[in-house]
Amino acid sequence: MAAQIFSAIFVIIIGVGGCVAYFWGANKLLDLTFPSRGVTGTAAVNNLRRQGLVRPWLFVGPALIILTIYLIYPVIATLWLSFLDRGGSSFVGLANYEWALRDPDLRRSILNNLLWLAVVPAACTFLGLIIAVLTDKIWWGTIAKSLIFLPLAISFVGASVIWKFIYEYRGEGQVQIGLLNAIIQHFGGQPQVWISLPFWNNFFLMIILIWIQTGFAMVILSSALRGIPEETLEAAVIDGANPFQIFWKIMVPQIWGTIAVVWTTITILVLKVFDIVLTMTNGQWNSQVLANLMFDWMFRGGGDFGRGATIAIIIMIAVIPIMVWNIRQANKETGGH
Amino acid sequence: MAVATGKSFASRFGVHIAVLVFVAIWTIPTLGILVSSLRDKDQIVASGWWNSFASSSQTEAGRLPPATAQTQKDGKYVLEGNIFGDGAKRNISAFGVKAAAPTQYPAGSSADLGEGVTLQVNADGSFVMTSPKAFEGDRGQRLYYASSAPPKFTPDNYQTVLFSEGIGRSFMNSLTVTIPATVIPILIAAFAAYALAWMRFPGRALLIAVIIGLLVVPLQMSLIPLLKLYNGVGTFFGVPSKTYLGIWLAHTGFGLPFAIYLLRSYIAGLPREIMESARIDGASDFEIFVKIVLPLSFPVLASFAIFQFLWVWNDLLVAMVFLGTAPDQIVLTAKLNALLGSRGGNWEILTTSAFITIIVPLIVFFSLQRYFVRGLLAGSVKGG
Repeated sequence: MAAQIFSAIFVIIIGVGGCVAYFWGANKLLDLTFPSRGVTGTAAVNNLRRQGLVRPWLFVGPALIILTIYLIYPVIATLWLSFLDRGGSSFVGLANYEWALRDPDLRRSILNNLLWLAVVPAACTFLGLIIAVLTDKIWWGTIAKSLIFLPLAISFVGASVIWKFIYEYRGEGQVQIGLLNAIIQHFGGQPQVWISLPFWNNFFLMIILIWIQTGFAMVILSSALRGIPEETLEAAVIDGANPFQIFWKIMVPQIWGTIAVVWTTITILVLKVFDIVLTMTNGQWNSQVLANLMFDWMFRGGGDFGRGATIAIIIMIAVIPIMVWNIRQANKETGGH
Repeated sequence: MAVATGKSFASRFGVHIAVLVFVAIWTIPTLGILVSSLRDKDQIVASGWWNSFASSSQTEAGRLPPATAQTQKDGKYVLEGNIFGDGAKRNISAFGVKAAAPTQYPAGSSADLGEGVTLQVNADGSFVMTSPKAFEGDRGQRLYYASSAPPKFTPDNYQTVLFSEGIGRSFMNSLTVTIPATVIPILIAAFAAYALAWMRFPGRALLIAVIIGLLVVPLQMSLIPLLKLYNGVGTFFGVPSKTYLGIWLAHTGFGLPFAIYLLRSYIAGLPREIMESARIDGASDFEIFVKIVLPLSFPVLASFAIFQFLWVWNDLLVAMVFLGTAPDQIVLTAKLNALLGSRGGNWEILTTSAFITIIVPLIVFFSLQRYFVRGLLAGSVKGG
């Protein structure tokens, strides 16, 4: 244990120190190559200009290199790999995509992903909005929000263990130690093996993600609700609107933009959902999703990179509309800054 | 905001109840594993954790002493004693001698075992077995009994999990992965964000657009090419392909778009006058960055640090692809996933391990919630 701690501290110092050393050293080197102090006249001006040309690249350089290696190159390489065979050595054209059209597992995954997309973002946004509105009205709202926000800090694996314990099944007549089955047995129902009930098990997995993400939606929407001008609400009250009318006709339309942002953020997360399915069912009992299927193909029987890459492309295609929308929004906002 | 509703007592009461229900649903699951992790492992399977403060009853099996312990009394052979030894505070409610009917006889009654043999087991565990013939054999009578034990809380599970299940080691591995994978992207992103916000160079606008595009690129797009790249580098240089350096850089790469995006929008909003007056005083960009921008950006740096820390600590996918599963590399999430497979029914191990994996994020989260929320708002409301 002591050796582990020591070596951990050692590698941390090396890693972080290397980073600091680069930025400090590169700048020092630039200053020495093109000195601006100690020289006068045109030499100093020229050197300052040269420094100005080089320095931005010293600053963005490491980020650019890492982004290229870890994101830009892989996106292109994955696209290319999806046209290659399992080892990535020979070109197979559209064979992987043909396989994708026919494979029952993949079709099941796409259907399940669509189910997740239909339920989770809607549920999180809706619950988040309701809780944001309700907690704004009571004195202990901040504490309540904190507690509902808390699962956001918990890992998907940790959350899976937490909920697996709730879904735990013991044979009928035995003491149920899973909360859900205990409640059902208490009211005279039949205990069930929830996570292996085909179709419905998807919803039991979704509950985990909803439990985690509702806090996110709540915080963002709560701050948007605070931004609603008080006058619009007062005017509605004077006009005799009831609380439901105020909520649906005054509040919701004014935070529509924020709702869209929350919705898309959770949508992207849902497309990538992996940990929950892996730890709860590993795709058994018809609960497979794209990200987990891809992981499966990456390592199954030595790995099939062609098919794995094809599944990644399918996920990417689903994300592209959001990506385009984002870039447009950002361009509009910065307006060429 | 406090308009319209909340006027009548009933509706205000309803709001309190509704929020209370939500809070209960969102906290009870976590409470369940916390309570269970502190319970005795036999009690976890004997009763639901919500009953953990009541006595739990469980069915156990034991043996009576062998024939050598018998005494003779009134012409009968007698075996006497207490199945718990002396002084145990447990309560027997029923007993039996067949596995099929472990609670056939209520405690205190006398069971007729045939051939004149009788057995009486009392609530406190004391028993009397009598027989007209001498007992034989060196194995005592099998006995089943339902007993209730008082609630028992113990830190034993934590000891087991930390030191014999390898969670302690994984905890260190997680720290080894997380700390550099949090600090390195901050440094790299802060320099890049400053350049993108305040320095003029060709291609800047394009670079910003690319970074915003990369914000939403799924991690899955990177996995296979990087795995191939790492394996290639490993083979070429004759080094292992799964290293801590490899995963730090991977997490740095995946975290950079968000880091640059978040820091740039903050740094771009710093007042221009400060930068310009420093420049007039002869400060270089490097000096401005280190002495002025970095200290002023502390809140946003803290926000990103918390994000990245939580993200890396909670990550499973990247760790499973780029790190090994040997004890010196396996991180907490991957270890927990492995335990779910190998220790599926051992809830004392699973709940305790799960609690250890979530305790660090919870502490970070509660102590720095302000920065976390601020980052969340800055990161999503503006750009999405």
